[in-house]
Amino acid sequence: MNTDDLARDLAQAFPGSPGELSRLHERLAAAAQREGILDVAYRTIDSPVGSLLLAATEQGLIRVAYARENHEAVLQALAMRVSPRILHAPGRLEAVARELGEYFAGRRRRFDLPLDLRLTAGFRRTVLSHLPEIGYGHTASYAAVAQLAGHPKAVRAVGTACATNPLPVVVPCHRVVRSDGRMGGYLGGPDAKRTLLSLEAAA
Amino acid sequence: MTGKLPFETVVSAHGGIVLRVCRAVLGPADADDAWSETFLSAMRTYPDLPADANVEAWLVTIAHRKAIDITRAATRRAIPVAEIPEARVTAAGGTADHGGLGLDGDLAEAVTRLPARQKQAVAYHYLAGLPYTDVAAILGGTADAARRAAADGIARLRRSFLGARVRSER
Repeated sequence: MNTDDLARDLAQAFPGSPGELSRLHERLAAAAQREGILDVAYRTIDSPVGSLLLAATEQGLIRVAYARENHEAVLQALAMRVSPRILHAPGRLEAVARELGEYFAGRRRRFDLPLDLRLTAGFRRTVLSHLPEIGYGHTASYAAVAQLAGHPKAVRAVGTACATNPLPVVVPCHRVVRSDGRMGGYLGGPDAKRTLLSLEAAA
Repeated sequence: MTGKLPFETVVSAHGGIVLRVCRAVLGPADADDAWSETFLSAMRTYPDLPADANVEAWLVTIAHRKAIDITRAATRRAIPVAEIPEARVTAAGGTADHGGLGLDGDLAEAVTRLPARQKQAVAYHYLAGLPYTDVAAILGGTADAARRAAADGIARLRRSFLGARVRSER
């Protein structure tokens, strides 16, 4: 047996099963949470509008992302803008996942969750803070939302605020539609917007 | 603003290798604790790690220190005995002589019985894949000394391995 064979055997002499590593990972997430160094916890859930990424800081839910936004890219952006201390840690998102599950089942009309709105600022944040005033199952035009936000002429800026909403579904930008009755764009894609509006219309 | 990866990516990219290193250096009983303390400590200081740092070398360096802490704590706890017997009964049931091996499966156990420096050099170079300059930075001393320690460790493993083969084929 030569050194190369032995080196290869060495690499195989300490096998780690995925199960052991996921148990250690869970233990790490719990310890990081206890120590207050888990700056961002995330998980994904399956939903009628596809896989959703949910991310929360200690303050509250900071990001909901559609698969088309690329979850990996969204996590990378969170690492840069919030903190790189990010772990897959479903525990912190239990309440979020439960409320979203109830919403998609037609059993919940409003969310009762702490939100961390630091990814949005200025007029966009003002717009987003007014969106929950559009009730479940209702819609409002971009112009009407501009009025609600106190800048009746800022219709285009309302569109931008909705397109950059860090908390889609929970902050209901899907309820903002065009004045001519057409649906308008949506960061989750037109199918997702249609799905959410028909879900709310049916419930 | 840096392009630093989410810590989750660090754990999934290096978690397996760090666990192997911890097992090689400490044995299976303490490896989980060493792994946990390594990643918790790494996560604490991760935001301050330079963006161009070698993450694997950084993690192995932390694991090395944690392993030393755990070994020292175990030594303090241990009841002193006159001497650790050289000949030991292996898990396979056979009697192994100094550093000896019963079966192939005992390679892991043989590694944990190497002298500390040889074991560390073997683990950091052959398991973690670190170049000898990095191994030397962790162990102290020169790259040549690290290379010699690893070579001595491998030679010792090979001797006992071949010895065990010959015995088992008789």
